[in-house]
Amino acid sequence: MSALDVKDLSVSHGAITAVKKLSFSIEQGQLAAIIGSNGAGKTTLLRALSGLIPSSHGTATWNGKSLLGEKPEDLVRAGIVHVSEGKSVIPELNVKENLALGGIWRKDKKDVAVATEEVLELFPRLRERLQQSADTLSGGERQMLAIGRALIARPQLLLLDEPSLGLAPLIIEQIFEAINQLRHRLNLTVLLVEQNAMSALKIADVGIIINVGSLVTSGPSKELLADANLRAAYLGY
Amino acid sequence: MIIIDTLLIGLSSGAIYALMALALVLVWRSTRVVNFAQAGQAILSTYLGYEVMNRTHSYWISIPFAIVGGAAIAAFIDAVILRSLAKRSHKGSVSEIAPVIATLGLLGLIRSLTGMIWGNAYVQYISPLSGKGYMIGKHTIPFSPQNLIIVIGALLVMGIFATIFKFTNLGLALRAASFQPEISRLAGIRVDRIRTIGWAFAGAAGAVAGALVTPTTYLSPNSLDLLLVSGFVAAVIGGLDSLIGAVLGGLLLGVGFAFILQYIGASVTFSAAFIILIVVLFVRPRGILGSKVGRRDA
Ligand SMILES: Nc1ncnc2c1ncn2[C@@H]1O[C@H](COP(=O)(O)OP(=O)(O)OP(=O)(O)O)[C@@H](O)[C@H]1O
Ligand SMILES: [Mg+2]
Repeated sequence: MSALDVKDLSVSHGAITAVKKLSFSIEQGQLAAIIGSNGAGKTTLLRALSGLIPSSHGTATWNGKSLLGEKPEDLVRAGIVHVSEGKSVIPELNVKENLALGGIWRKDKKDVAVATEEVLELFPRLRERLQQSADTLSGGERQMLAIGRALIARPQLLLLDEPSLGLAPLIIEQIFEAINQLRHRLNLTVLLVEQNAMSALKIADVGIIINVGSLVTSGPSKELLADANLRAAYLGY
Repeated sequence: MIIIDTLLIGLSSGAIYALMALALVLVWRSTRVVNFAQAGQAILSTYLGYEVMNRTHSYWISIPFAIVGGAAIAAFIDAVILRSLAKRSHKGSVSEIAPVIATLGLLGLIRSLTGMIWGNAYVQYISPLSGKGYMIGKHTIPFSPQNLIIVIGALLVMGIFATIFKFTNLGLALRAASFQPEISRLAGIRVDRIRTIGWAFAGAAGAVAGALVTPTTYLSPNSLDLLLVSGFVAAVIGGLDSLIGAVLGGLLLGVGFAFILQYIGASVTFSAAFIILIVVLFVRPRGILGSKVGRRDA
């Protein structure tokens, strides 16, 4: 049994079926990159897995337990943390408050403090800006804040929706490097949604390529990177 | 002396507007709903306090009952009525206006309900504090011990809620849930529950307003209606999402009214409320302390 098991999953927005009978699985501690172009259904998939929207068909389990039909606030408590698309921070709050949100439901306040300290060591730029309103941060800093907040929840499964969106190449490198270090250090299982196929597949163990809601192919990311046909058709480089 | 007297009259009526404005702001902050039912809720909680006072013969014991009652009524409205409404009309512009219209309907409903239970006659809800103004030398100022408790009450309610919002996890959750409900849920906040708590806080503030102001006048099913209008204007002056702004707005409005009453006449005070409202909306639509971002995603 895999850690994350998605079978025949379909998700619709009214008449549009954005995810169609999608199946894939990920092992504990793996980083899977979900690659697809605009409108492929990547965001829809993550939103269904984190409980924000209902699915219409199929199953999704995390360590044997069904994710579907659970509320996001309960899934967070079960270790499934979703960093949504577009720098998921609360601009009306300052950096410190945004980070505090990550551990707001946790009972173990000592470990929240430890986790917060770890995040500030990982992203020192956040430490310099603790009192600063989140809407004054740069795009990269916001993404660090969003990921930092997720880490303070002590996730087991991290769902990341296009962390590279709108960032300069150098910052993307830094963010991906941080993600890669973290998941090894914390033994995280990560579902990384990206259009930025090259950077994502470089750090991923497996790649899952989707197109208009359906699976194109999946496999070890090295093989996908080496496949000339795929590169031309879906990876865009 | 007339100027100072007028100022004092304005201060105590302004403190009541401030309490009502606080109630409206608390609901607005937590659910982005303008709560017209607030006047009805405050009346209902005040009648509750009145009943307790009739049995215990203590004004001071009746106040906490009114407050808890007010909180419970508000929590009920949000958790039972508005939440099921939201489930039915979850998309589109209707979903934004439906709860506001529902609160308007609730106002009528609560008012006829209180009329049925308590009748429409004026009753007295009496405070042990004197309603007579303090003496300074030979001059009696228009500011009584009851007025003092009203001003203290308004500042206390503001202080308590401002502290909760700024310094506690509950306050953080309340702010986060009102600004970005979806991100808040992803951070593990039970947004529905938090919103209901925001409503309960508002209901409590409204109950304080009713229980403190009523001894200076009388109690009837619609005796707080004008307060709703003034409270709303005060809230808008204060920026609709700022607690301190609500109190400043209330005090400014109270003082403004007092001066109009003194120097122009009673006939214009009510229309003055609307003129002030419109002027504020034109000149400074986000109020004196309203936040830019708060308005933008409203
Ligand atoms: N709330 C919605 N209502 C209706 N249709 C939607 C909604 N959200 C997404 N869709 C549609 O579902 C499809 C998949 O969208 P989705 O956002 O999942 O794509 P994506 O792969 O995340 O794209 P991108 O890379 O641009 O973020 C698109 O055709 C989109 O128009
Ligand atoms: Mg997307």
